[in-house]
Amino acid sequence: MNLTLKIWRQKDTKSKGKFVTYKMPDVSPEMSFLEMLDALNHKLIGSGDDPVAFEHDCREGICGSCGMYINGHPHGPVPAVTTCLLSMRHFSDGDTITVEPWRAKPFPVIKDLIVDRSAMDQIQIAGGFISVNTGAAPEANSILVPKKNSEEAFDSAVCIGCGACVAACKNASAMLFVSARISQYALLPQGKVEARERVRAMVAKMDELGFGNCSNTGACEAECPKQIRLVNIARLNREYYKAY
Amino acid sequence: MALAGLFLILFLPVHLVINFMLLKSDPLPFNKAAQFMASFPLIRIIEIVLISAILIHIFYGIYIQLVNWRARPVKYAVQIRTKTSFFSKFMIWTGATVFIFLVIHFFNFYFMRLGLVQGNPEDFYSVAHSLFKIPAYNYIYLLCFILLGLHLYHAIISAFQTIGLNHRLWTPVVKAFAWIYAIIIPAGFAVISITIWQFR
Amino acid sequence: MAVQIEKTMNMEKLDAKIPDGPLALKWTNYKASVKLVNPANKRKIDVIVVGTGVAGAAASSALGELGYNVKTFSYHDSPRRAHAVASQGGVNAAKNYQNDGDSVYRLFIDMIKGGDYRSREANVYRAAEVSNQVIDHFTALGVPFARDYGGTLNTRSFGGVQVSRTFYAKGQTGQQCLLASYASLNRQIKNGTVVMYPRREMLDLVVIDGRARGIIARNMITGEIERHSAHAVVLATGGYGTIFYLSTLAVNSNATAAWKAYKKGAYFANPSFVQIHPTSIPQMNEFQAKLTLMSESLRNDGRIWVPKEKGDKRPPNEIPENERDYYLERRYPAFGNLVPRDIASRAAKERCDAGYGVGPTGLAVYLDFRDSIGKQGKKAIEGKYGNLFEMYRTITGTDPYTEPMKIYPAGHYTMGGLWVDYELMTTIPGLYAIGEANFSDHGANRLGASSLMQIAADGYFILPVTINNYLSDQIRVARIPTDAPEFDEAERSVKERLERLVSIRGKQSATTFHKRLGLIMWNHCGMSRNEKGLLKALSLVKDLREEFWKDLRVPGSLYDLNQELEKASRIADFLELADLLILDALNRKESCGAHFREEYQTAEGEALRNDAEYTFVSAWEYAGEGKPHILHREELKFMEVEMKVRSYK
Repeated sequence: MNLTLKIWRQKDTKSKGKFVTYKMPDVSPEMSFLEMLDALNHKLIGSGDDPVAFEHDCREGICGSCGMYINGHPHGPVPAVTTCLLSMRHFSDGDTITVEPWRAKPFPVIKDLIVDRSAMDQIQIAGGFISVNTGAAPEANSILVPKKNSEEAFDSAVCIGCGACVAACKNASAMLFVSARISQYALLPQGKVEARERVRAMVAKMDELGFGNCSNTGACEAECPKQIRLVNIARLNREYYKAY
Repeated sequence: MALAGLFLILFLPVHLVINFMLLKSDPLPFNKAAQFMASFPLIRIIEIVLISAILIHIFYGIYIQLVNWRARPVKYAVQIRTKTSFFSKFMIWTGATVFIFLVIHFFNFYFMRLGLVQGNPEDFYSVAHSLFKIPAYNYIYLLCFILLGLHLYHAIISAFQTIGLNHRLWTPVVKAFAWIYAIIIPAGFAVISITIWQFR
Repeated sequence: MAVQIEKTMNMEKLDAKIPDGPLALKWTNYKASVKLVNPANKRKIDVIVVGTGVAGAAASSALGELGYNVKTFSYHDSPRRAHAVASQGGVNAAKNYQNDGDSVYRLFIDMIKGGDYRSREANVYRAAEVSNQVIDHFTALGVPFARDYGGTLNTRSFGGVQVSRTFYAKGQTGQQCLLASYASLNRQIKNGTVVMYPRREMLDLVVIDGRARGIIARNMITGEIERHSAHAVVLATGGYGTIFYLSTLAVNSNATAAWKAYKKGAYFANPSFVQIHPTSIPQMNEFQAKLTLMSESLRNDGRIWVPKEKGDKRPPNEIPENERDYYLERRYPAFGNLVPRDIASRAAKERCDAGYGVGPTGLAVYLDFRDSIGKQGKKAIEGKYGNLFEMYRTITGTDPYTEPMKIYPAGHYTMGGLWVDYELMTTIPGLYAIGEANFSDHGANRLGASSLMQIAADGYFILPVTINNYLSDQIRVARIPTDAPEFDEAERSVKERLERLVSIRGKQSATTFHKRLGLIMWNHCGMSRNEKGLLKALSLVKDLREEFWKDLRVPGSLYDLNQELEKASRIADFLELADLLILDALNRKESCGAHFREEYQTAEGEALRNDAEYTFVSAWEYAGEGKPHILHREELKFMEVEMKVRSYK
């Protein structure tokens, strides 16, 4: 199929960016979206142009590196997939596809479609851990966790930290991301000991970094490639009230 | 934000019940109720809470909205197309409309009682009846209540989520309740105004 | 061409520094006698850790907890992206929670056997011993492992062993273990003991007076070349499986750090030992950048087959039962579809090479769930593999519930890596290699679910003990200055090389060369090798390398975010490493584990090990530009186990 791509090009953080239109003929429906961009870059390099910079690594939807805003949707129009697993068979011949970087104040554009997501690391550094030194752990089966809690904790823990929730939110809020981490620990006995300090530190850091507030619109849940649910945000709120 | 909102939500049915007394041909019960509301000490305390709730709700609403707008300084070229609760995206605007109505409403009634505007605070019944006879007032009144309904629908669901209540079984019930509430309350007020406008 | 690989130097013995005493007490004795560094002195000592997978993040946090000043580097935007995240199966541990007769000794035996007797007894025993601590620690860090209704941890059986000892978190165990390690790293970053340098790629090792003293790293946003010094350097930079271009690895995984260390004097061990995973989704288009793994657990319920007729193009569901060849069940009646990875991979290649392969390329075989769905019901199969089936459907667009999956082997894990002694130190004093970057525990083939176990053991429990033995001598060494002439020289050569890459201004992109290299390696040095092919590969790689340095095109500049430059630099190293892989495969005239030389097989086509001549670790030394690589042997002595021939018939 033949596609028209409108891609955001920006040299670096300080430069002004703009959309550049590329014609992309002979796209195979078996390609992934990133392979289609690889093919575009192959063409660009061949003609002496600068290829489009985008982040990617595992290409199997688990590392969280990739992420672009495609036709009004983070990770494209198909639910529950990352950009690397978005297949071109979901597009049709003649389509115009607009590709933009994540937009949020805490995510400045570094180049083209690459944004700086270190703000998400900073929130984790503020308190997203259980304080146990190597060697200090008790025997694993001395900590009993109800199967249901463990499974719920897992469902929260599968967050890949891609930032799609922030990108999708009309307020650029990071609540779904933070709540997933908080939930994992809140559901496990290991995490309860320092629950108060954790939620206070992480929420304070999130606010300080300039993310917006949650207005319970639910775009994050709809766009999350790992289907992290809004119920986590309610749990985060609960944990937060408990901490004061 | 959520707590203040929930308090305001609780106040609405009380107001509606009193307003239904407007439909009686005898002005006495309504005026008595209005008097009671204006003089009973406990109610006076609640009134202070109510006014504070309104102010807190407005203040936080605006503050949060400003933070949220600032969180995305560069907008997307293609609008976010995620299918989400439609009304949730316009809370600040539906809220603002309700606020404008509130100002008019206060001019008509509350400020009268405080003596800030002219009129007879002993007879809100007549004031209400005469206002509802003005078609333009009715149109504005109806429009505002439709918007209040939209505001309420997301508000109820959202408030429960914000105070941390999201439950596999109960959240669907809350959502259903929000629907019903967001229809019944504005509908109730509208029925009163239309009845007085058209049939009295 | 003359292949100078027999230039073996046996005179100088490689000392693995294995502690004395009975196998089961070696680690205990070592820990009791290792030199320590007192807390006040630890604060004066810097350690560089490169890589933030489970091994790197674990080592950084454990060293930070001890009080060392740790500087940790990653080429990712965040430590959490490392490819340990994609490990699916689980973590082995000898907890014996199932009361099924497991023990440290049995895990040790399984690993030695799985590695086809080409690993070091003492290291493997230690890994098995530490495995229990790994599970305790991960659990304490909040890994949501699968649990039973009573709240205790659950396990599953994995990789064809007789006990159930694999701890898992659905099909995302690696992700959960990595995030736990990342969390412990974050805690130390908050405490100030670890300084994190993301988006930095190590481009050289700095050796001063024979000791590893620092690294040269490129800031991948600004392009600036940075110098970082330390008293010791730890490489946790993973494997080199992307040398095949298409593999189950992340596309950015590379061998550069290990290769630079090699060129500065660290020996490279068993480079030809590469595990090929039998069940990945086959290539579907020419721009495909990677092959996605489908967990090997699928073979528990899926049956592998090809049509009995060559070139049968009918859709799979139209091929009747009697026209299907369930070749694994036919060849290996005892184990059937559950034979080890290398055997399953080779058997698939054998069928496809013979012309029985399916799909548009003919490079695929069917993995069919029809019978299992018939017997157990769709629901049961969905319960076990729902997420994998969904992933397969997302990628290929076909529904594995109604049509068999198409699978094909893909490069997956490299058992080879930097040679390390019992202390995980390379042949350069002060340079350590942990995790997949070293060669230590998996011999010629890795047992399923023992990778997470080893990388966590190395990072959390082994290196933080053994490194003290070296650093205890270093307490009087002041902070290493970065203006030493060795730093000047290293920085100069890094810059020169990058400038050279940019200034070739040829026609072909780095990826083009990578694809071509991958194809050479896959065809001639992949899951089945022979002398003729290996020699051919050697000359093809040489030509390709020359072409690379003449016709490469890298757009953009050095001092910018330049992903093409990053790729080109990595591929230049792969083009050199390829030689070593081929040489090692040529040199090892036997078939063992994942290394299959066609000349050395039984009449039935099974691997034929040569214990008399090849019971050694091949450790290669870099002799300088243009000079032949030098082979050293570390003889392997098996005191505890009897060497047996694997049989899965």
